[in-house]
Amino acid sequence: MTTSTNPTPMSPNPLVSTASMGDLRANIRNRKVFDGLFGVVAILALLVSILALLALFLNLAIQGAERIRPDFFLSFPSRNPFEAGILSAWVGSLVVMFVTALVGIPLGVAAGLYLEEYAPKNTITHFIEINIMNLAGVPSIVYGLMALGLFVYKFQFGQSVLSAGLTLALLALPIVITATREAIRTIPNSMREAAYALGATKWEVTSHHVLPYSLGGILTGTVIALSRAIGETAPLITIGALTFIAFLPTPPFSTEAPFLSFQWIWDAFTVLPIQMFNWVSRPQEEFQKNAAAAGVVLMVMTLAMNGIAIWLRARYRSRIKW
Amino acid sequence: MQLDSTTTLETAEPMVTPLRAGPLLRKKKAKESVITLMLFLAAFSSVLVTAGIVGTLVVESLAFFKHISLVDFFTDTQWTPLFSEPRYGILPLVAGTLVTTCVALLVSIPMGTSIAIFLSEYANKKWRETLKPILELLSAVPTVVYGYFALLFVSPIMQKIFPEMGAFNMLSAGLVMGIMIVPYVASLSEDAMRAVPSALREGSYAMGSTRLQTALRVVFPSALSGISAAYVLALSRAVGETMIVAVAAGMQPNFTLNPTESASTLTAFIVQVSLGDVPHGSIGYQAIFAAGVTLFVITLFFNLVSFWLRRRYRQAY
Repeated sequence: MTTSTNPTPMSPNPLVSTASMGDLRANIRNRKVFDGLFGVVAILALLVSILALLALFLNLAIQGAERIRPDFFLSFPSRNPFEAGILSAWVGSLVVMFVTALVGIPLGVAAGLYLEEYAPKNTITHFIEINIMNLAGVPSIVYGLMALGLFVYKFQFGQSVLSAGLTLALLALPIVITATREAIRTIPNSMREAAYALGATKWEVTSHHVLPYSLGGILTGTVIALSRAIGETAPLITIGALTFIAFLPTPPFSTEAPFLSFQWIWDAFTVLPIQMFNWVSRPQEEFQKNAAAAGVVLMVMTLAMNGIAIWLRARYRSRIKW
Repeated sequence: MQLDSTTTLETAEPMVTPLRAGPLLRKKKAKESVITLMLFLAAFSSVLVTAGIVGTLVVESLAFFKHISLVDFFTDTQWTPLFSEPRYGILPLVAGTLVTTCVALLVSIPMGTSIAIFLSEYANKKWRETLKPILELLSAVPTVVYGYFALLFVSPIMQKIFPEMGAFNMLSAGLVMGIMIVPYVASLSEDAMRAVPSALREGSYAMGSTRLQTALRVVFPSALSGISAAYVLALSRAVGETMIVAVAAGMQPNFTLNPTESASTLTAFIVQVSLGDVPHGSIGYQAIFAAGVTLFVITLFFNLVSFWLRRRYRQAY
């Protein structure tokens, strides 16, 4: 960019001749103009991104406003767009997230602990690390294909809450592992050494010190991972989630013996993003309003989770100072 | 643990009870190794996931390639697996993926790079720390919501510019996908630029460069491998993105490089088949795995390139 700012060759000593002094001034002025101009362009790029986010949310809110009524949350999907609601969808999202969190968080945190605290520096560890980095880049729909072949057909879990929860747990795994490792890495070694000096075993050091101190970072990463998982659509469509579900999963508690039932993990399900996708792909405008309303609910959920993550990060950062 | 009772046996009256590898210690040791094993298994499960992905894709697509030759797969220009006379050429899907990806990169690379330069070279810490989380919200929006946005907000606007364009087109899908990817490009490139030692920057400023000159001639070239890693990762994201194209690009396989037309992509095709009722083990079922394996190989290749580039720039300083 700046090559064009110096049209005449400079004299050997520009400070002497007044003519080239003027050239130099023009040169500096030009460069400053480009410098400022780029700043404006960059701010515009930032504004475009932020405005796109704003436009997206406002568009959803305006389109969907008339549908967001208590009834919308309390009724099943229907052929009549005015009666259709998201009851089975949000309950499904909640139930699937429960399975995802139950499987994904312990597995991810344990893997992160191993890699950061226990793993010897050898080929196997290196291989696991590269593998995790690679998994983070695999498109989510490929996880869906794996789940279709493995969970749905090979393990005979069917198109159930269990299959869906496991799929999303595996999808969230790399995020949880990375967040755990980053959180653990911030703990100074002196904390560990102090505990070892008092005779603690490795697991005692890990469970009494490393884990509690890194909890803030781990929680933040976990919430972000779950907020990604709750918006995932493609892998769940791939495993064959139904788009029209007019019933709820079996309640886990009952009044008859044995009082506790795990039937719900085998039930068919739908989730919010799939419900929204179903409505978006219909040509009638009335259904698209339903889609917008479902989108608002989905956005509020993910934004709230991200807000919680940011708040958690700030809170733990200000509380712990090594 | 190494302390043994034999060392203290000589003293007549030991002051402290000698440490023995007694049952308590042995129990503790056993517990430790069980825990270590469990943690290792948790870490190793990620390898099993990869094995599961590769295994499933390979088994199902091998079954597919028993019926369809590789030559047909790569050269046929028709992809109609659900027709009565099915044709299985992957090219239309690859073309669709290529077009949407290119449009997305044309948006996200210039925008992301200039935002990264701004955040790293122009903005102070306070600006950076407020702007980055806001920008990252863009990547937190569920992709199906982006799909809605592309189809019902961006597409009508684009139709005013290109009046002959249909509601489903690759252009709007690609544009929205580009916006979605901006945070990846911006934040990864910014990390790479900030890793450039400030001595280089100071040297440049001492020679009288402006911020822009320093950014473009010193910082950008020094961070080039990290920045290109960011670009490649963005590319891989765009190739694997599903819901935006499934909603907004139409799902008709169409062998074209014209972004104003509608077309299907590798990912959108998988969604389309999954929505229907395709019986397990049928050729349609196997076809989505063939598309999946193509997708997996493409993204794996780009991820490895990105990984290699990133490692190179880490070694640089």
